[in-house]
Amino acid sequence: MRKALARQRLIACTLFAALVFNAPLLWLFDASVAVFGVPLVFLSMFGIWAAVIAVLAWIVESGFR
Amino acid sequence: MLSSSVIVGASFAYLVVLFGVALYGDRRADAGRSLIANPWVYALSLAVYCTAWTYYGSVGRAATTGLGFLPVYLGPTLVMGVSWLVLLKMVRISKAYRITSIADFIASRYGKSRLLASMVTLFAVIGIVPYIALQLKAVSSEYGLLTGAHPGTSGDWYRDTALYMALVLAAFTMIFGTRHLDATERHEGMVAAIAFESIVKLVAFLAVGVVVTYFIFDGWEDLFVRAAIAPDLAPLLSLDMAGSKADWFALTVLSALAFLMLPRQFQIAVVENVDERHLKRATWLFPLYLLLINIFVLPIALGGMLRFPADVIDPDSFVLTLPLAEGYSTLTLLAFIGGLSAATSMVIVETIALSTMVCNDLVMPLLLSSQRFRRWAPHDLTGLLLLIRRGAIVVILLLGYLYFRLAGQAYALVSIGLISFAAVVQFAPALLGGMYWRGATRNGAVAGLTAGFCVWLYTLLLPSFAKSGWLPMTFVDSGMFGIELLMPERLFGFGDVNATTHALFWSMLANIGAFVTVSLWRPPTAVEAGQASVFVDILKREPRGAARFWRGQAKIDDLLALLARFLGAERVRTNFLAYAHSQGVEQIEDLEADGHLVHFAETLLAGAIGSVSARVMIASVVQEETLGLEEVMNILDEASQVRAYSRELEEKSQALQAATEDLRAANERLKELDRVKDDFMSSVTHELRTPLTSIRAFSEMLLDDPKIDLAERKRFLGIIVEETERLTRLVNQVLDLAKIESGHAQWHETDVDLIELINHVATTAGQLVRNRQAELTLELPVSVPVLRVDRDRLIQVLTNLIGNAARFVPDEGGVVRVVLSESEVGVRVDVCDNGPGIPQEVQSEIFEKFRQASGSGGKPTGTGLGLPISRQIVEQFGGRLWVTSRPGEGAVFSFELPRKLAVSTGESDAQG
Repeated sequence: MRKALARQRLIACTLFAALVFNAPLLWLFDASVAVFGVPLVFLSMFGIWAAVIAVLAWIVESGFR
Repeated sequence: MLSSSVIVGASFAYLVVLFGVALYGDRRADAGRSLIANPWVYALSLAVYCTAWTYYGSVGRAATTGLGFLPVYLGPTLVMGVSWLVLLKMVRISKAYRITSIADFIASRYGKSRLLASMVTLFAVIGIVPYIALQLKAVSSEYGLLTGAHPGTSGDWYRDTALYMALVLAAFTMIFGTRHLDATERHEGMVAAIAFESIVKLVAFLAVGVVVTYFIFDGWEDLFVRAAIAPDLAPLLSLDMAGSKADWFALTVLSALAFLMLPRQFQIAVVENVDERHLKRATWLFPLYLLLINIFVLPIALGGMLRFPADVIDPDSFVLTLPLAEGYSTLTLLAFIGGLSAATSMVIVETIALSTMVCNDLVMPLLLSSQRFRRWAPHDLTGLLLLIRRGAIVVILLLGYLYFRLAGQAYALVSIGLISFAAVVQFAPALLGGMYWRGATRNGAVAGLTAGFCVWLYTLLLPSFAKSGWLPMTFVDSGMFGIELLMPERLFGFGDVNATTHALFWSMLANIGAFVTVSLWRPPTAVEAGQASVFVDILKREPRGAARFWRGQAKIDDLLALLARFLGAERVRTNFLAYAHSQGVEQIEDLEADGHLVHFAETLLAGAIGSVSARVMIASVVQEETLGLEEVMNILDEASQVRAYSRELEEKSQALQAATEDLRAANERLKELDRVKDDFMSSVTHELRTPLTSIRAFSEMLLDDPKIDLAERKRFLGIIVEETERLTRLVNQVLDLAKIESGHAQWHETDVDLIELINHVATTAGQLVRNRQAELTLELPVSVPVLRVDRDRLIQVLTNLIGNAARFVPDEGGVVRVVLSESEVGVRVDVCDNGPGIPQEVQSEIFEKFRQASGSGGKPTGTGLGLPISRQIVEQFGGRLWVTSRPGEGAVFSFELPRKLAVSTGESDAQG
């Protein structure tokens, strides 16, 4: 049961990442705004990427036991 | 500038370390204490994905496209997210059938087809050799850049660093890639070295990134702000230069598929996988690696472009030239070593993967099918096998070197990264389709591969040749034969995207189209159907696997002899003995030469010479019956029917079990109810008998003795009336309780103000208290929420509780207190007395029917139904009724009514 749940979570997380890493969602961040001097698109790109990795880590490290 | 001796010395030292790591890894593997059997090493070795093209090329791409280099790493991130679905299946299949290369995998799936095996091998070599050349070029030209020498293409060949690098790598690959013939084709030392290299390149790149960002410039903000005001750099900070949205998407798809299809990734992720559970941690660890190695790409690119005047220095070399120009010579050396490690890891793994393919899927099937070879072949073929492998390694590396010499700075080499990706992606429909679609056939796979490869050749490779000046540009500019619709980069007028996207779209369209159409043209043959079920159903419980498709006769000695020729007698005996033990047999000779054994032998052999050759060889020593499609389908149907039946049975037995459980529970409940009913009946009759007995006794006395004086008579009649009242009360309460319990009681809910209600009860029930010479005190707050409850029932509860308390107060100085308060749950009423209290053990009993504590008079005076009824009423309102008491300190009966009963004051119709 838990394995099946973890599998579904992985698929959902990957689908989410695939959506956010592509048009049109990614282009929403493409504004000429800088946060602490760093362009928003650069920051959000790596931020979302890191978040996705964190979620993946949480799923596989907790869900499969 | 760094002196060439320093660089050569450092590079040499690095390679020596690499040899050391690989040697150590192999030693540990031989000693049975694997160095690579942990998920960290597995994830790190996956980073062979990051080649010199990543190391140098990403910065170059970032310098022209901004974030446009990223999709190449986002694709693999997405694939790793679902690795537990896709990669796991590939690993399982490969482990179960000892598949050692991607060509073997595809050929195996489609009935161990020799044609497919050689096609895939050929395409892979064509697609990948230039990619190897690119790695050599990267190292050679960066070396030239650091030493001030010209890049290798112009000098004498024997002074070319790239040649020596190719030779050293060939030696390394031969030593660690073909040290011995392993039936699983795993190379622990090599994997350890690759993981080590992944650390080196990451550390080197991060070091350069940190120095550029924080030492050469003043942190992220400084870099980005300075870039933002430079007119030619500002667009790099947005997605403006990253290409169209379609290109971005296509590049993500391309890299995702290539990540699965590149021979080196297959080698590391599937063949070298020690334990499939390692995939779990790699799911997030490998994407994390990609993120880290990419985070400084844009800063380095911006830094280089801010530091150097435009177009003087190739952005691809910023990783080296930036620290060099700023005088960080040690860092430059480290950066060079990092690039070297990126290039060598890719070359080593790719060469091993390709040489395995060339040997097992191209050369061996050819040799083994030739009659002449069979005549003069030596008995022991292990040496020959190793020789072929090593020959293939040298040939592949020299081909790479040759291509590098020929192509030099040409466009065809510079752009080969994505061209290679697009080539290997052609394997995806056949491989992934074959893993999930039973209907895929060999002819479909051949057609798809051919179509996809031809389109790739026409739309991507030939134009790149033309741009390098090796072919006339006219066919790119005006189309083949001058037909505009056939322009290779604007096929049929589709030209809004870049060349890679364009080629990916058309080649995948042709590939998948042909694959599906031809597969659907004819039903799969018997062998295809068998292999299809083996591949598609690998994750399901499969009791017999591929062995069930085999019918025939075999002799163990023949099999042993055959395998010994390829694997060595010793190894074969060990493996067979292990198999015999797993079958519960002591001696190899006692084994039954059935389908399972033949399948085991074939799998073992496949690990060494590939599934295609293994099939041919096994077929040559056993007598087989060819199964017809009908038979295979029957076996499959049987299996799936058995599976379906067993699943159905399982479900049914589960349902039955659940039903039995329910029935048992219901039965228990019925029994319990029966027992309760009996108890109740006997209690009721008992309770009824007591007053009846006294009524009858006194009536008989009155009847029998007419001479009783008036006063006595009056007293008797009084008792009779009292007992009759008690009887009526009892009957009423029994009826009441039955009504409430069965849910037939009627509830008339009105808005009730508890303060008013308690005052009301105090006047009526107060008489009971005063009769006992006790005092009734009320402690009421100023206001409590108005509740929507049945007023009369609540009066019944309160009266009952007060009456109860009155019965138990001492004869002298009895006090009954009624306290109303608001609690967390809602409104709470406490009725306290100063009687003898209730012992802990009977506190729960008093709420049972006909159980009552003795009153102060010594004998029970109530009906024994008041508390059960009160509790039922309170619970009906969603509240609870309980008692707290310590013997000697009185008892407190409390009930709480939940806040949700409160009516909002606005709509109160104030009926109560």
